[in-house]
Amino acid sequence: MDKPTPNRWKRFTDWDERPLRLDKFAAEDWKHGFSAFSSPADPKPAVKIEGGKVVSLDGVLEHDFDMIDRFIATYHLDPDIVPEAMAMDSAEVARMLVDMHVPREKLVRLAHGMTPAKLADVVSRLNALEIAFAYSKMRARKTPGNQGHVTNAKDDPLQLAADAATAVALGFDEVETTMRVARNAWSNAVACAIGAAVGRWGTLFQCSSEEAEELRIGMAGFTSYAETVSVYGTEKTFVDGDDTPWSKAFLAAAYASRGIKMRCTSGAGSELLMGFHESKSMLYLEARCLCLQRGMGVQGTQNGGIDGAPVTATVPGGMREMMAENLLAVWLDLECASGNDARPTESEIRVGAKIMPYLIAGSDLICSGMGSILKYDNSFNPSLINGEELEDYLILQRDFEADGGLSPVPEGQALEVRSRAVEALAAVYEELGLATATPDMKVSVVVASGSDETRSFTPRDVALISEEIKARSITVIDVIKALASRGYREEAENLLNVVKLRVSGDYLQTSAVVRNGHVVSAVNDPNDYQGPGSGYRLSEDRRREMLGIRDVLDQKEVLRSEALHQHDESRNIDYKTLGEAKPSDDTKDVVIGISPGFGLKLFQTTAGHRLSDVLSVMVEAVKARGLTPRIVRFRHTADTSFLGLSAARLAGSGVGIGIQSKGTAVIHQKDRLPHNNLELFSNAPITRIEHYRGMGANAAAYALGEMPEPVVVPTRGEAMGARYHARVAMIYAIETEMTAEGASPVEVSVTFKGARS
Amino acid sequence: MSFTRHDYPLAEHHPDRMKGKRGKPLSELTLDAVLSGAVTIEDLRITPAALQAQADVARSAGRPRLADNFLRAADLVDVPQDVIMEVYELLRPGRARNREQLREAAATMRDVHKAPRIADFIEEAADVYERRGLFSKRF
Repeated sequence: MDKPTPNRWKRFTDWDERPLRLDKFAAEDWKHGFSAFSSPADPKPAVKIEGGKVVSLDGVLEHDFDMIDRFIATYHLDPDIVPEAMAMDSAEVARMLVDMHVPREKLVRLAHGMTPAKLADVVSRLNALEIAFAYSKMRARKTPGNQGHVTNAKDDPLQLAADAATAVALGFDEVETTMRVARNAWSNAVACAIGAAVGRWGTLFQCSSEEAEELRIGMAGFTSYAETVSVYGTEKTFVDGDDTPWSKAFLAAAYASRGIKMRCTSGAGSELLMGFHESKSMLYLEARCLCLQRGMGVQGTQNGGIDGAPVTATVPGGMREMMAENLLAVWLDLECASGNDARPTESEIRVGAKIMPYLIAGSDLICSGMGSILKYDNSFNPSLINGEELEDYLILQRDFEADGGLSPVPEGQALEVRSRAVEALAAVYEELGLATATPDMKVSVVVASGSDETRSFTPRDVALISEEIKARSITVIDVIKALASRGYREEAENLLNVVKLRVSGDYLQTSAVVRNGHVVSAVNDPNDYQGPGSGYRLSEDRRREMLGIRDVLDQKEVLRSEALHQHDESRNIDYKTLGEAKPSDDTKDVVIGISPGFGLKLFQTTAGHRLSDVLSVMVEAVKARGLTPRIVRFRHTADTSFLGLSAARLAGSGVGIGIQSKGTAVIHQKDRLPHNNLELFSNAPITRIEHYRGMGANAAAYALGEMPEPVVVPTRGEAMGARYHARVAMIYAIETEMTAEGASPVEVSVTFKGARS
Repeated sequence: MSFTRHDYPLAEHHPDRMKGKRGKPLSELTLDAVLSGAVTIEDLRITPAALQAQADVARSAGRPRLADNFLRAADLVDVPQDVIMEVYELLRPGRARNREQLREAAATMRDVHKAPRIADFIEEAADVYERRGLFSKRF
């Protein structure tokens, strides 16, 4: 860094320092599996049917079918539709996907007759924008939703409860937990189930653990969905994943038989990471996974890279591929929890770009899930968006008026639900004789942003609690009773309502979530997008919820903050009006033209300097050169250039300064055009007192016929507009409201009273 | 009567026909009933009838594969948890030593647990596993 490197443009060194450069990028190399959309090893789409039976699939004869081919041939392909669907031109089908006049149902039907190679061939013809549009049209449920991770580095149940309650308040439709230590599963499940029952009922909950354990926890009633049933696109990967399509399909039926919602997991990159990609493209392999899932009869999938997202993002077109595989999922009529979880980049720009198409298009569950907790507390690994950045996401919703499934939570409400959840969990653990939480433990958790800040249960405590829950066969009924007997009747009701969902099984249907106490799914809320005005639209109520972000400025707020400074300024300065200001002949005379509200309604610059200080240093600097500063208030304009020019025209020296209340200033000369000034100080937020002093000195120098060094206000490229323009526009509006057409300038006598800061 | 997608959500349109494992309708599954001990976890389990009804809904909504899965699930409702886990384990690669072992499991599902769809499914797996050499020992 210190030693200059010859023969290198130093910009590359700058770039080396950016977080982006921590990301690694892989060369396209289909032989070794690094190909997103197509590979010479991908088969050409083809099916042969004889006697109503599939006898060859994508170039493989029945005799050579691997178990995935076999499953797809038997359970996915509909022989009645195959001839029609496979005969269609892929480019034509691609156009139908983005044609709002072609109904979703028609395309879903065709997909039942398409092989993985055909499906991949079609979607690979769409560019990223077309994929996002098609996704928006094809996703199964109309109303978008979101899923959040709730975990922590200590498996601390108090924090899990608090964070689950917070996630519910934020609006997540599903929360998912997992553990650092496998045996803590039961404690995690109880803690999240209780936390998710605070505030409202209906947030579905999953505890991701070993297959058998997860099903047992579900049977005990603590969880309501499962999604870690992974499938793979090659046989060898499947076997290394220790399953087959039949074992997974059996598991799918087992979950349904226990009344538990379930989806599978797949995604680009898993075969590559597990070493058996067969040189096939990521998209083709994922198309196989998805046909398999539809054949298994699962209601949905979690795909879009998932754990393979980071490696997929290293490949050219990797992010587009993840969008394409999500499109395949919804085209196959599966609920789609569309990835956007495992963090695929260190670049915040790539993070923002990754999430945008999903936020705008909507998705059953936009993230699967988003880290509602801090990165280091995420036991799944950091998500695309985490507790740190969650507020950015809330703002994106507001920026694009796009429903990302979440709502801002006011600070008071956050504390309230966290505290309620912690108290409820502590009461249940005490009632069941599992553990006692001290007041200090509880307080530390309620206010903690992450587990680094808590003084709570140790991992050993948690292991003992968890093993006892399991050993004593404690079920959700015991927890409901404990809640009610300790006065948490509302939470008891909420938890019971979630368990009751399994009696009717309504939430086992495609894309089901619970909203306002009702099951909403692709059955009763089907996506009916057919162009502008159709499909999902923000209701006024939902829009208002999304807009409720904190620290929003309005003019009342600006005036309130100015009023705080008014009293302070009245002790520093007196403005005395002397009558109409006239042009003077005195060549020693330099006019400082102030704006209509200067010191009357507005009292500090956007940089926070008192206007009395600003005026005082300019006056001093002019006087220091033996000249006479005259202060004139203009009322016909609030514009800096015209303030400056008007001031110059009144000055005997022909030189004037124009300054607005917000601190924007100009040095002007009477013979110049309005916007062709001598010096302009447009960055008021970074203009310091010494710059104003320099401005006075330079105005004096110009008046004396000198050519001074212009005052430079150094900028480091801050986004001034983002930081200040809302306030500036409101302040300026206050000034412009005070102007009057043709109002004459007023000579002002100023007395500085206080000590300058 | 078979259900259609217009009957959905069944809990809202047919609350009295949606009953827990021991015949209690949804309306009786209240917090007070839980607290008094009248309702237990058994009453909060899904039934084959409910899964059949959801299969009807799924089929009516154009999702025959989902419907089939619900029917396989209906077969499994009364199968004890440890049996389910045993069968699942047996279906994983390399667990069964041969085709016959899977066929025996299928027979048990058909004869003892009255789960014919599951039995067919396991038999089909047995054939595929044999063809693909999935009976080899893995650990």
